[in-house]
Amino acid sequence: MSLDEQTVRKVARLANIEIADSDVDRIGTQLSGILQWVEQLGEVDTDNVEPLANVVNIDLHLREDEVTDGDCADKVLANAPEETQGFFVVPKVVEQEG
Amino acid sequence: MTELTHLTIEDALKGLKNKDFSAKELAEAHIEAMEGARDLNAFIVETPEIALKQAEESDKRYASGDEGLLDGIPFANKDLFCTEGTQTTAASKILEGFVPQYTSTVGQNLADAGAVMLGKANLDQFAMGSSNTTSAFGNVINPWKTSDGKDLVPGGSSGGSAAAVAARISMGATATDTGGSIRQPASFCGISGIKPTYGRCSRWGVVAFSSSLDHPGPLARTVKDNALMLQAMAGYDPKDSTSANKPVPDYAAAMTGDMKGMKIGIPKEYRLDGMPEEIGKLWDQGAQWLKEAGAEIVDISLPHTKYALPAYYIIAPAEASSNLARYDGVKYGHRSKDAETLADMYAKTRAEGFGDEVQRRIMIGAYVLSAGYYDAYYIKAQKIRRLILNDFEKAYETVDAILTPTAPSAAFPIGENEDDPIKMYLNDVFTVTANLAGVPGMSVPAGLDANGLPLGLQILGKAWDEETVFKVGGVIEEAAQFNAMPQKVMSKAA
Repeated sequence: MSLDEQTVRKVARLANIEIADSDVDRIGTQLSGILQWVEQLGEVDTDNVEPLANVVNIDLHLREDEVTDGDCADKVLANAPEETQGFFVVPKVVEQEG
Repeated sequence: MTELTHLTIEDALKGLKNKDFSAKELAEAHIEAMEGARDLNAFIVETPEIALKQAEESDKRYASGDEGLLDGIPFANKDLFCTEGTQTTAASKILEGFVPQYTSTVGQNLADAGAVMLGKANLDQFAMGSSNTTSAFGNVINPWKTSDGKDLVPGGSSGGSAAAVAARISMGATATDTGGSIRQPASFCGISGIKPTYGRCSRWGVVAFSSSLDHPGPLARTVKDNALMLQAMAGYDPKDSTSANKPVPDYAAAMTGDMKGMKIGIPKEYRLDGMPEEIGKLWDQGAQWLKEAGAEIVDISLPHTKYALPAYYIIAPAEASSNLARYDGVKYGHRSKDAETLADMYAKTRAEGFGDEVQRRIMIGAYVLSAGYYDAYYIKAQKIRRLILNDFEKAYETVDAILTPTAPSAAFPIGENEDDPIKMYLNDVFTVTANLAGVPGMSVPAGLDANGLPLGLQILGKAWDEETVFKVGGVIEEAAQFNAMPQKVMSKAA
């Protein structure tokens, strides 16, 4: 199976990564190579096998529902590429009418 | 007296206790070594001022007799471990300039034990790689060379950590292992390293790659030094929901050398076609050493071994695509300068900030998790993961530990295996199974190949039984008497 151009562009969109038109073929070939290689898993009969998400078989522990952290807005914002008055600044999200 | 940078951690601690030298002298010797070996590119940031300050505090503790487990020991901190006030990049441009406001639990545990941080070690970008050639801050050079002087990879992803320890720049290092990133560089650089059981070392404050497979652990030159490092790094951490609330055993005390009554498994599936003959021979030799020490050698089968790597290359990218979604140019790190809309900013920031291999894995992850493919790839891989864990559990009904080679080759020249991602992935063929199963694994240098390059043997143990791994590792180390030194260190001494 080889990924077509449309699929490569869809995957890049899902990954939120801009790709140049000139790179679509190269990326498609590389991704197809890896996907073809992992397809050997199809040889294994896994019909009655329970998926394993994580080897830790401990119950997640509960803690008291109380505030243990926070009140450190300056630390949260310390690495922001752009911030003002305690907020992260991003490009305009809502388009203006008119 | 032996040069300070050549001491083991064990001997350095004795020397510090005896006041043969001060922590400050020890730090200064290592800072000098670090500055003299910049051609290896083992560090992204050097922190000599932190090291000297910590060393002075350490000397005060020795003076008052309240020193910690690793007091005064200089170490390299893989640049995946967040350090409050010191840039942490994961070797990616997307995090260049990021200065964490907190310190990882493992890093804090080491600081609490008195260890002295020399700097932030280079690595493969986001710990994705087996050669340390995916770093945005340049390749790390292995201190070992071929006879014709070619530059070799140190392995990866913990390449800077391993090169620093092998080159006698640091006595130990933090590292992480998601598919072999502690053990393979240990093997390539002629040092030891252990990936402990999943949950033994906290992942809090370690830049996430694949959360169910990432294992922090140490690198050091001897098995005992690894025991001391892991002792200080491990322990329960309520800030990591997968951290295990179990007491940490005395690892160094487990190294009794007593193999009587122990059964060591040799898995037939690890004998690969096309593997260099000397690796197979070294493996046989390792089994022979353990037999002579009193262990019983048992042939075993881990039938799903060949499917571990392809399953890994579904699970790890899937988790990475989720974990790395946080790098969007909003909260920290790189932000694209030529984006007009928010969506555009995300896509451009990530294209500019992530290296090729990282982008490739994020896209594979996005694909295998996407609608219509989730069951065929992701769930299938999780089922294979169950079968691999079952293989180990069945084997451990009859054996106490398993012996294998660490990697299918010795260190290779920089630039090799770059043309095909899968060729590079095959470096982890013997190590990745332990990540999927969460069981501990250690690499111990056991010999040299025909080109004079180090080769490691891997000891795998039962979950939570690092003690047996250290015990077997100690016996291999004792029998191998590996005392060859990298050319980089020999030429300096000459």
